[in-house]
Amino acid sequence: MPGFSEYPRVLRGTSVIFVWLQQPAFVVNLCTAMKFPAEPYNESGIFVDQLSVTYEVNGGQTIRALDRASIEIRPAEFIGIFGESGSGKSTLAATFVRLLPQNARYEHGSIQFRGRNLLAIPESELRRIRGAKIALIPQDPALALNPVITVGDQIAEVLRAHVRMPAKERRARVEELLVEVGFDQSQRIYSAYPHQLSGGQRQRIVIAQAMACRPAVVIADEPTSKLDASLQAEILALMREISRRHRAAFVLISHNPAVLAGSVDRIVVMYAGRIVEEGRTEDIFRRPLHPYTQALLRLTSRYLPATRPRIRFQAIDGEPPDLTARGVGCPFAARCPERMQVCTERDVYETTPHPFQRVSCFKYGN
Amino acid sequence: METDASTMKPTAERVLHVSGLNKSYRRKGAGWQRTDVVIAASEVEFEIFSGQTLALVGSSGSGKSTVARCVTRLEKPDSGQIWLEGTDIAQLDSRDLRPLRPRAQMVFQDAATSLNPRFSAADVIEEPLLIRGQSDKSARRARAKELMQEVGLSPQWADRSAMDFSGGQRQRLAIARALALKPKLLVLDEALSGLDLSTEAQIANLLLDLQSAHFLAYLLISHDLALVARLADTIAVMAKGRIVEQGPTSQVIAKPGHPETRALCASTHAAQESLTALGVTP
Repeated sequence: MPGFSEYPRVLRGTSVIFVWLQQPAFVVNLCTAMKFPAEPYNESGIFVDQLSVTYEVNGGQTIRALDRASIEIRPAEFIGIFGESGSGKSTLAATFVRLLPQNARYEHGSIQFRGRNLLAIPESELRRIRGAKIALIPQDPALALNPVITVGDQIAEVLRAHVRMPAKERRARVEELLVEVGFDQSQRIYSAYPHQLSGGQRQRIVIAQAMACRPAVVIADEPTSKLDASLQAEILALMREISRRHRAAFVLISHNPAVLAGSVDRIVVMYAGRIVEEGRTEDIFRRPLHPYTQALLRLTSRYLPATRPRIRFQAIDGEPPDLTARGVGCPFAARCPERMQVCTERDVYETTPHPFQRVSCFKYGN
Repeated sequence: METDASTMKPTAERVLHVSGLNKSYRRKGAGWQRTDVVIAASEVEFEIFSGQTLALVGSSGSGKSTVARCVTRLEKPDSGQIWLEGTDIAQLDSRDLRPLRPRAQMVFQDAATSLNPRFSAADVIEEPLLIRGQSDKSARRARAKELMQEVGLSPQWADRSAMDFSGGQRQRLAIARALALKPKLLVLDEALSGLDLSTEAQIANLLLDLQSAHFLAYLLISHDLALVARLADTIAVMAKGRIVEQGPTSQVIAKPGHPETRALCASTHAAQESLTALGVTP
């Protein structure tokens, strides 16, 4: 029981009451919780400091997937990371749990979690954090779930890996988790196989897996991109509710601004391995600062009812830059409608033109 | 019906007319289970004129892809007629189909899996020309480069492997391949799904440009009503193998008549509401 024993015995019981007082929704689960006092909720955030990650590809070339990216994930917040393919958002997601492929290298920076640098701690210690304190919701639950093991056992597996407890209690705990993610007949679902469930139900199962050990931070990499729009809203609402109830920070990674618009409090915009802008969702949508963000938001009108057919889209010309040949200057310069001479001459630094909103663009000082 | 559109000012002619199309699949269960019949398309009827786009929308399993595969005769329909420029291709055998195949070409959803990874960009575009007996190598290469230019790819990349392109560039390559044989009809089977927002916009613009340049007819298959509303002149909504609603785009969007259409509209409402709340305007 990592982490659990750090708390004095008296506190284990009181934590349940403390939780119950805070969260009326928990009354239902109180009985099971009494038998197995859950770990006290520990709100903690993550601080990614100036992180650079490169990939070695065949031919000895290196791809700079993350370039001095800094993000603060605050405790219990619901934050969104926006990026298109190749922006480094999935690399960033994987670094939180240090699950990068073999050919990746951490060039620079650190990831601070509860006073430790996740990039420096030994694998054995990391294993106690990964899945328990920092959990990952995979993109495609159909691929993430084992087709020949019942979904209940697959959730139990997470608990078995991190918490020592009798099998009976574990089962009760899994059923409680199933209820929490919205299943009525938790006993029946427990013994179902992934193929017997719909896409939305499978997504709920992987959410239950992620929440099994009451993590402080949950990373969700495109959790709804495989679902149709009506189901998307449902799953997002569920994650939002769980985040609030458990005081867990959620990092929602998406390439769809419409998904982020309705769910997250803060948005980080990534482009070519860089964080180009960050701010509160409202500020980002109402007052985008970076030309890339501005161009993107013009495109989001495509989710709204069309006024007439055959309107050309206000596309962003060109392609993202080649990440193997990173020169100086702003990575967006080649596509930027407001390019200035300085943009390709030297690297751009972050400024904070408005409180709570930072941007990497020469338009705003530097 | 047969007119040469390239020499005269094009007038909208009927490129495709599908009538009473039926297609069912037999789904075999495991030994003890009975075999059941899935009706994938039932009495499907629609027409597309040159220079126009018809969007076939529906949730997954509604049969829209089956219709696409019948129209391009990747599948043989059980019954019904598919008039492609005045010829009924529904029941033709492969030999009789061969000269007609260039008229309707398909662009698939996932360019990464529908392109041969061992081919260079030029090989991809040249293959249909080669199959059609274009034996002059330099002429083929010249045509391939011309097509690359047309879809917004630099002809300098002709020798690059198809896999070295980004997602959007691959989709451009797939479109160039589909255009190689100068088709009258392009069947776009979820060709815009799974692309990034900025790539999607670029490809959508490309499709609009190509359509007006070549007077192409598009059959656009999609589950995304909001997107097709910006591209299609007519929308046909499919549910359980049937077309449940069909009409001009603006009309279908403004007054969805069938519950299935309303469901498709509603599925985008959550996104619309949150975007409108944040001040995004159409």
